Amino acid sequence: MALLVIFYGLALITVASALITAFSRNIVHSAFALFGALAGVAGIYALLAADFLFIIQIFIYIGGILVVTIFAVMLTQGIAEVNVSNRAVGVLPALITVALAGAVMLYAIVRTSWYRAKPGPVAPTTYGIGNAFLGPYVLPFEIASIVLLAALIGAIVISRQEVRD
Amino acid sequence: MAAGLTLNHFLVLSLILFLLGSYCVLSRRNAIGILLGIELILNAANINYIAFSFYGSGGMKYDGQVFAIFVIMLAAAEAVIGLAIILAIYQNLRTIDVSATETLSG
Repeated sequence: MALLVIFYGLALITVASALITAFSRNIVHSAFALFGALAGVAGIYALLAADFLFIIQIFIYIGGILVVTIFAVMLTQGIAEVNVSNRAVGVLPALITVALAGAVMLYAIVRTSWYRAKPGPVAPTTYGIGNAFLGPYVLPFEIASIVLLAALIGAIVISRQEVRD
Repeated sequence: MAAGLTLNHFLVLSLILFLLGSYCVLSRRNAIGILLGIELILNAANINYIAFSFYGSGGMKYDGQVFAIFVIMLAAAEAVIGLAIILAIYQNLRTIDVSATETLSG
């Protein structure tokens, strides 16, 4: 019962923040509202016994990605957009597309009888995740480091000022 | 644990986040707004991964959580590259309106 109350509280925070992110006309409000959505999702992770992911979400998403995004918002202008809607896809077609996709997926979720394992004991996950990274997932783990290095170099190359001599 | 909670609770929450993110991506003009929508979509996918990992394996298998960590890593790389491209566009065109970046269209 208490878990249900916690879940609905977290879901309320997440969905309300995501609503502001999606519908606000001011991009600064959108970026700051994303903080609430990411923090709510972090709480959902904790509710699902994923303690390591809870910390990762706060460190990387809130502390890294969101701060970089807010930097980019501050570095560009045209913050309060008069015309929110895209020229290619207006507000109404976007709403219709989203509503159709949502109806189909909701139908699929409700109608499927999901496989349900017997709930086991809940333990700290860091040990198991570390073993998974250095055991069955060692090749993706190494490729991930190359991807991060490429992203680092790529970001520097793209965003540096061109120096002409 | 999680007596009253079922998998469907988390799936529906993830669905709502995904729809809001797709609406954001579809309807925004501001390129940074589109990136914010993509972050919402990736978070929705991560909730699904972890919910299925928790309810499908009895709590002691980590494949879903490992995938979620890879998604977060790729989201970080994607955000950095995306914002670098947006700043480069801004330096050239003085705007981040995606409708204005059509100099490549024939």
